[in-house]
Amino acid sequence: MELERINWFRFSSVQAVYPLAGTLIPWFAALAMLCMTAGLYIGLFAAPTDYQQGDAYRIIFVHVPAAWMSMFLYVVMAGWAGLGLGLNARPSLMMAQAVAPTGAMFTFLALLTGALWGKPTWGTWWVWDARLTSELILLFQYLGFILLQAAIDDRRRADRASAVLALVGVVNVPIIYYSVRWWNTLHQGASVSMTATPKMAATMVTAMLLMALGFWMYSIAVTLTRMRCVILERERQTSWVQEMKVS
Amino acid sequence: MGWGSLSGFLAMGGYGMYVWPSFGATALCMVWEVLALRHRRAVAFKEIAQYRRAEGGPQ
Repeated sequence: MELERINWFRFSSVQAVYPLAGTLIPWFAALAMLCMTAGLYIGLFAAPTDYQQGDAYRIIFVHVPAAWMSMFLYVVMAGWAGLGLGLNARPSLMMAQAVAPTGAMFTFLALLTGALWGKPTWGTWWVWDARLTSELILLFQYLGFILLQAAIDDRRRADRASAVLALVGVVNVPIIYYSVRWWNTLHQGASVSMTATPKMAATMVTAMLLMALGFWMYSIAVTLTRMRCVILERERQTSWVQEMKVS
Repeated sequence: MGWGSLSGFLAMGGYGMYVWPSFGATALCMVWEVLALRHRRAVAFKEIAQYRRAEGGPQ
């Protein structure tokens, strides 16, 4: 009975998304700060030095979470894009637009911290192996999505074209993930997996997962903040935005 | 634990020049993104106000 009274289409309206996002942002931001503070503390003070890689391995606490987010956010972006295309839902397409820059940033960070890790452990900043190359392609996919959004003046066409681009490109995500298994790469295999016991000390795993959770919460907070900006920019002329108390 | 001293902590077992730029770049990007969004929001509100003035204010 109660369920019937809820209007499920309410949140497909940008006017409803705007205040909802505003309520959620501080919570996700606080969770992000909490997780990252704990993760940094454990990662830098409690986790032991690695017997093989020395303290260079500590780059893992930013590198792996950034790399995970780079792939995860792409799937999220493509998901919103697909939902937007399928249901012709404008807020979904706006969400895809809101996710892209954060995804691109984490892809860039994964590549940069990877280079900073590669130099002391492999002796080179960069190598054209399957993992690194496919991650670089992911960065170009994000940039392509952002540029396509900006290049087409007609908002509707820009949304649809970039959504198709995002959906087609999602095929690269499993390629990145399984690249270390499918090809003989210089990049090491997965350090943690759902099925096997971690190959690292418990404190190392804890710190890495806390950082990953922190990056995740950060991404939600930042994406929702950008969503609000996108709404304000696109709905400038509507009466509800015009009547909003400007703060 | 067991860094002993601050300089030992900063040295990161000789890998400080790789570890700290990694953490620093990540922190910098995140802070920059938050500030950029704050700016974007302010610009959006300014444009809303401009539009309102151009239209002669709300009804």
